Amino acid sequence: MPNGTTTTDAGTELLPARPGEERGTLTGWVQDLVFTVDHKKLGMLYVGTGLLFLVIAGWMALIIRAQLAFPNGHVASPQEFNSMITVHGTVMIFWVAMPIVFGMINYLVPLMIGARDMAFPRLNAFSFWLTFFSGFFLLMSFVTGPGLYGAGAAPDAGWFAIAPLTSPAFSKGPSIDYWSLSVLVTGIGSVTGAINIMVTIICYRTKGMTLHRMPLFVWLALVTMFLVVVFIPPLSAAQIMLTLERYLGATFFDAQSGGSAILWQHFFWIFGHPEVYILVMPAFATISEVVPVFSRKPIFGYPMMVAASVLIGFISAGVWAHHMFTVGMNSFQVTFFAMATLAISVPTGIKIFNWLATIYGGKVRLELPMLWCIAFLFQFLIAGLTGIMLGVASFDWQLNDSYFVIAHFHYVIVGGILFAVFAFFYYWYPKAFGRMLDKKLGLWHFWLFTIGFHLTFDPQHFAGFYGMPRRIYTYQPGRGWEVWNLLSTIGAFVQAAAIIVFVINLLWSGRKGKIAGDDPWDAWTLEWATTSPPPDYNFEKLPEVRSRRPLWDLKHPEDPDWKFE
Amino acid sequence: MVNTNETEWRLPSHRVVAMILVILTETALFTIFVVAYLFYIGKSLSGPYPRDVLHFPWLGSILLFGSSGTIVAAEHHLKRGSLRDFHLWWGITFAAGVGFLLWTANEWIHLIYHERLTISTNLFGSTFYSLVGLHASHVLVGAFLLGLILVMSVTGRIQDRHHEHITMISWYWHFVDCVWAVVITVVYIISANS
Repeated sequence: MPNGTTTTDAGTELLPARPGEERGTLTGWVQDLVFTVDHKKLGMLYVGTGLLFLVIAGWMALIIRAQLAFPNGHVASPQEFNSMITVHGTVMIFWVAMPIVFGMINYLVPLMIGARDMAFPRLNAFSFWLTFFSGFFLLMSFVTGPGLYGAGAAPDAGWFAIAPLTSPAFSKGPSIDYWSLSVLVTGIGSVTGAINIMVTIICYRTKGMTLHRMPLFVWLALVTMFLVVVFIPPLSAAQIMLTLERYLGATFFDAQSGGSAILWQHFFWIFGHPEVYILVMPAFATISEVVPVFSRKPIFGYPMMVAASVLIGFISAGVWAHHMFTVGMNSFQVTFFAMATLAISVPTGIKIFNWLATIYGGKVRLELPMLWCIAFLFQFLIAGLTGIMLGVASFDWQLNDSYFVIAHFHYVIVGGILFAVFAFFYYWYPKAFGRMLDKKLGLWHFWLFTIGFHLTFDPQHFAGFYGMPRRIYTYQPGRGWEVWNLLSTIGAFVQAAAIIVFVINLLWSGRKGKIAGDDPWDAWTLEWATTSPPPDYNFEKLPEVRSRRPLWDLKHPEDPDWKFE
Repeated sequence: MVNTNETEWRLPSHRVVAMILVILTETALFTIFVVAYLFYIGKSLSGPYPRDVLHFPWLGSILLFGSSGTIVAAEHHLKRGSLRDFHLWWGITFAAGVGFLLWTANEWIHLIYHERLTISTNLFGSTFYSLVGLHASHVLVGAFLLGLILVMSVTGRIQDRHHEHITMISWYWHFVDCVWAVVITVVYIISANS
């Protein structure tokens, strides 16, 4: 699409050529990124920020694994190790997973619903920059206090900042404040971003795109953003209380003044468990778009998929205390949260069966996005099964806070969510950059990462069974943990190698990759109806939306979907 | 299936949906503070206790609940196009909001200097000042918005297309009012009588 003035068929001027914009120069490029309110550029900034922090927090993971590779390790001091696990967890959730989730949705939702931009473009930029700067604010903690070497004043109370470790008596200095204030700020960014996305979906759909014709990606984005709107504020509230406690002497979580440290855990996990679904729903969304296109079949059971997503959203509000089975709740509470946890696996199971039914009998094309999806299905199933095991309270009493839990949630977040994120990259990169990601490098990336992932996290289940607790900075030989830890560390470095291949692929393919064309995968949703990359105004002309697969109708006028839906 | 191509394609206003979501997320925020307050009723290890120092907030409540009525009157006059009455009722609403804040300030001065209750005194102090303070900060934001609209309208910058903006501000004001109803129930009725 050439730059300059463009007109619609109605003849109205959409995009006057902007004077004084220096395209092609470095300053022009930076200006463009800093001042942009375009949802596509902000989406890419979000995802780019997520990748940058992925490398930083991944580096911390390597330090953790190097320390634990052998008994009595000396890579990091105990205090540095505590900072590493805390900041690794916090950054991975709030500045890797969340920005990537928001980036995916930011980029795709307006394109998929045929909108020109988000409902509030400037608010969108505001949300992004809050997230961006708060991340660096947290990392700044490493260079304050004792300085660059070592962990500085980095927070070290675990990523869920357990009370009373965070009270002024036990955490002197600003370390916990870096944690609570940076997460508070990015939380504000997330909520404003989520409101923006929900309003966009509800109010800016193109003509004909009724709720039951929305792509599943958009439906899941809607549910995800609802969860953000409702469940980020509890965390913000708890962090406000924590800050009041640390600075004004309030006594919310201080047992000596009658306060309750358990209440902190409740407040944290009221946020913390829905957060898992905030992260995994966009992964489901990606799988729900990629699997049908590469199986050459419409998604199986669309209404059930929507219902299951909404149901997961609701049930996720009532499962949080399964993180707390060992704090000593009464049997009614334990039973309630155990049953709710088992119940939530039903709609999740429905989704897995629907994806399998979509693949079943389809003409499967094993392209790269589909490979990641298939690996996702296997790994997410295992992650779900270990989740059910941990949801059974009596089992959880044995293995809570052991490496089994670490293995379980890394199976969810890496084996599930990150694999779906890679499917997202391989599927939509051609749309964003106009070039395909290289297949050979992509296969290297896929196999290295899959092997590395299993090598890292499969052994951790066994380390957990053998009683290895989480958060320990070292361990004695002779407990049967050595081999699992060594395998795990080797796996972590294989994953790091895979990430390097991936980054090379991203950079190389952006310049030299095969030209993609508008619709390289022969797909069905609206984003493929425009050019790759899409112009600033997204669409010159929108196809008529009369079914869930508007592009199928366009390509097959003799056999359109709307006759059957 | 309804063929939407034939019918008019109409979607909800983005302002209305956004305000509903703002109210939803604020509700979630308040819920946690209310839960903390309820959870810690009767758990303070030392005084002062709610029943000793809290008095039912007649004046503040009349001001705030009354302002929800006057803002409806103001909107009514705006829709009828009588700008003078709109200014009058909107001005009263704004004054009531400011009055509520002054009443809160007075209550807090009394509690801090005469009853020796601060945020660090005991659990009651921590939960009371955080919940009531969070509400007061929302009244402050609401009063600022009310004042802004008043100034803009008096200087003639409010046009017909801004009516929905004004309705949204009034929704926010009603929300702040509803929260106050919850605060009264939890703080001034339940905890002061337990």
